[in-house]
Amino acid sequence: MTTMNMIDSINSGLDNMMTRDENVVIMGEDVGYFGGVFRATAGLQEKHGKTRCFDTPISECGIIGVAVGMAAYGMRPVPEIQFADYIYPGLDQLVSEAARLRYRSAAEFTSAITVRSPFGGGIFGGQTHSQSPESMFTHVCGLKTVIPSTPYDAKGLLISAIEDNDPVMFFEPKRIYNGPFTGYYDKPVEPWSKFEASEVPEDYYKIPIGKANIVREGDAVTVLAYGTMVHVAKAVVEEHCVDAEVIDLRTLVPLDIETIEASVKKTGRCLIIHEATRTSGFGAELSALVQERCFYHLEAPIERVTGFDTPYPHSLEWAYFPGPVRIGEALDKIVGELTS
Amino acid sequence: MADDNSKTNLPPLSLHVPEPKYRPGDKVDYSDVAIPNAGEQPRPDVSSEPAIMRDMVYDMVRVLDDDYKAVGPWDPKLSDDTLLKMLKTMAQVRAFDDRLHRMQRQGKTSFYMKCTGEEATSVAAAMALHSDDMCFPSYRQQGILFVRGYPMVDMINQIFSNREDKLKGRQLPIMYCSRDLGFFSISGNLATQYPQAVGWAMASAAKGDTRIAATWCGEGSTAEGDFHSAMTFATVYNAPIIMNIVNNQWAISSFSGFAGGERTTFAARAAGYGIAGLRVDGNDPLAVYAATQWAAERARTNNGPTLIEHFTYRAEAHSTSDDPGAYRSAQEREEWPLGDPITRLKRHLIHRGVWSKEQHEALDKECIEAVKVATKEAEKNGILGHGLHQPFETMFQDVFEEMPWHLKEQSEQANKEREIKWPNTEASQ
Ligand SMILES: Cc1ncc(C[n+]2csc(CCOP(=O)(O)OP(=O)(O)O)c2C)c(N)n1
Repeated sequence: MTTMNMIDSINSGLDNMMTRDENVVIMGEDVGYFGGVFRATAGLQEKHGKTRCFDTPISECGIIGVAVGMAAYGMRPVPEIQFADYIYPGLDQLVSEAARLRYRSAAEFTSAITVRSPFGGGIFGGQTHSQSPESMFTHVCGLKTVIPSTPYDAKGLLISAIEDNDPVMFFEPKRIYNGPFTGYYDKPVEPWSKFEASEVPEDYYKIPIGKANIVREGDAVTVLAYGTMVHVAKAVVEEHCVDAEVIDLRTLVPLDIETIEASVKKTGRCLIIHEATRTSGFGAELSALVQERCFYHLEAPIERVTGFDTPYPHSLEWAYFPGPVRIGEALDKIVGELTS
Repeated sequence: MADDNSKTNLPPLSLHVPEPKYRPGDKVDYSDVAIPNAGEQPRPDVSSEPAIMRDMVYDMVRVLDDDYKAVGPWDPKLSDDTLLKMLKTMAQVRAFDDRLHRMQRQGKTSFYMKCTGEEATSVAAAMALHSDDMCFPSYRQQGILFVRGYPMVDMINQIFSNREDKLKGRQLPIMYCSRDLGFFSISGNLATQYPQAVGWAMASAAKGDTRIAATWCGEGSTAEGDFHSAMTFATVYNAPIIMNIVNNQWAISSFSGFAGGERTTFAARAAGYGIAGLRVDGNDPLAVYAATQWAAERARTNNGPTLIEHFTYRAEAHSTSDDPGAYRSAQEREEWPLGDPITRLKRHLIHRGVWSKEQHEALDKECIEAVKVATKEAEKNGILGHGLHQPFETMFQDVFEEMPWHLKEQSEQANKEREIKWPNTEASQ
């Protein structure tokens, strides 16, 4: 075991997989010699060679299209899209090609690619370096969507994603690359080294795709979150002394409906938190599922706390961010009578 | 800064919208189509730098001359047997197209697409490749499957989406796939196969394999971003690939001018990327073979990618949903100056003394009979009809490797609905 931040753990996961399986190749803008703008692929080219980890032209359509072709050959490409905001030029290759290749070829060809991309805001990235586009992909049949919230999970989930024979969108919450984040922009980020989840084995291990993690048990309300928002949620419920059960979804598709259903049936209340825009966000899907499956157990309306339906504003990013105030209010609304 | 007053005498700008030369009823004049003499094009060494062959992207590689003799340095000097196989395969493709097109008209399937007049661009090309080279086709390369021996019955099962359809009724007719024969799954989204083919070729190179990739798209599709991404990747990584542009002059009703064909050739796209480019008489099967062979050797010896423009003509409608009479002169096809690829090869073989008019008539009959038999066989497995050939579970299979809970739930629901809506139908009907 070593202490790692999320960047290191992702790097370690990639390194493990490149060592174990020579079909694993990494490609993307600046990922080779330089090791990626967030340094997630640092040292991998040096260690594994130029044909295993290489820079690409600035062409997301090319990166993903080429990865699909490499996967059709039998490799396991792990393309990096520098920021999730830049997936759109490659969208058709994901939506129409990678996602459907298995289906349309009746499994003669598959597309075992893992598209890694940093997403989310809170780093003053403006509207083109802050988006959370996950629900665009959860809506696409044939793509899996995975989002870790700790260094330990990031490595275990990434290894599962790379070994998965389906195309996986692996979104990395860049706000917590270096440490968990409580939602207070004026408080410094505490380094991962102070937290248990930074204890990461250097060797290979897996965390299954499709299993959520109950990060805090409780009876008063079920809080569903993923990525950065897991940490914000935990901090807020603790601050408000709410006996909340916080569930880190880890995977949006396939979703661990059993864990969600059992928890909401136990608590009778549900708060859904994500940083992405509200309208048609993944929270809408979660809310519908909870309503369909737990209606007779609900003691309060389901609440959603999300980003606003605007592009991510640069100077007002902390007004946009679904932070402690917005979450606190929602909690009050759902469990108010329990805390008062 | 330019002074506002100085602008008063300027002529107004005008927008150029390309317009094809001929519309229905117009008389066609092909005298401006530059058709160089066969045999006069140089054949550079396969290891040549792209720069020294820049002129070739404006020229046109031709082997069969006006007397149907094979001439010049590009003559691939094929054996009679090989040429006869080529001829027979192209004739079979044409007979297949004709019958399956009629099947669509008879309501046995939803859709069909012919490659009439373009048979050489897939048949001759595929024959010049190794059988295990990987093809990433568009939708008019059924010829590859014929060359590689895919059974016609299987093709028709796919077209009918019947219970023996290997793709489980999921794809539009003619969007075949065969992993065993190196025929990649066809996408309905144009040009997406281009970067995928480059990726496959890159993987093959990275693995130290000896197989190369080939891909095809129409001239209209070269306007897609995917085409340009693929060109960039191919040149950057020196991918062992042949990128074919089948310039059949029309993209549905849009003539090649809407893809930039008014100002330059499509082969010239190669020059900007530093890729070797060849412009080929696409109705000359020997030229197509020779160019493909050249490009394949180039790729196989680590000399990198080649872009080939096959200059040809789409003799028939775009698809069964199209009526070319509504947008182009009927004379275009009749007077197409490069003739018909099957006729040209036939005459070449007659000229060689290894074939005759009578033999060709017999061949045509054989081909028609063969496709008739295959169609009858396939029809036993059902036609598109009610669309209930496959068990409903198959709709939910292969979305993922393993079926997640939400698809299992939806699959159960579909089966329940089936019992209510079609109580007495078996999946196999
Ligand atoms: C991305 C995309 N846009 C539009 C279409 C609709 N479409 C199908 S075929 C076609 C024309 C293609 O022309 P070309 O590439 O020249 O090939 P050809 O049909 O002439 O062989 C169009 C516009 C499509 N299938 N995919």
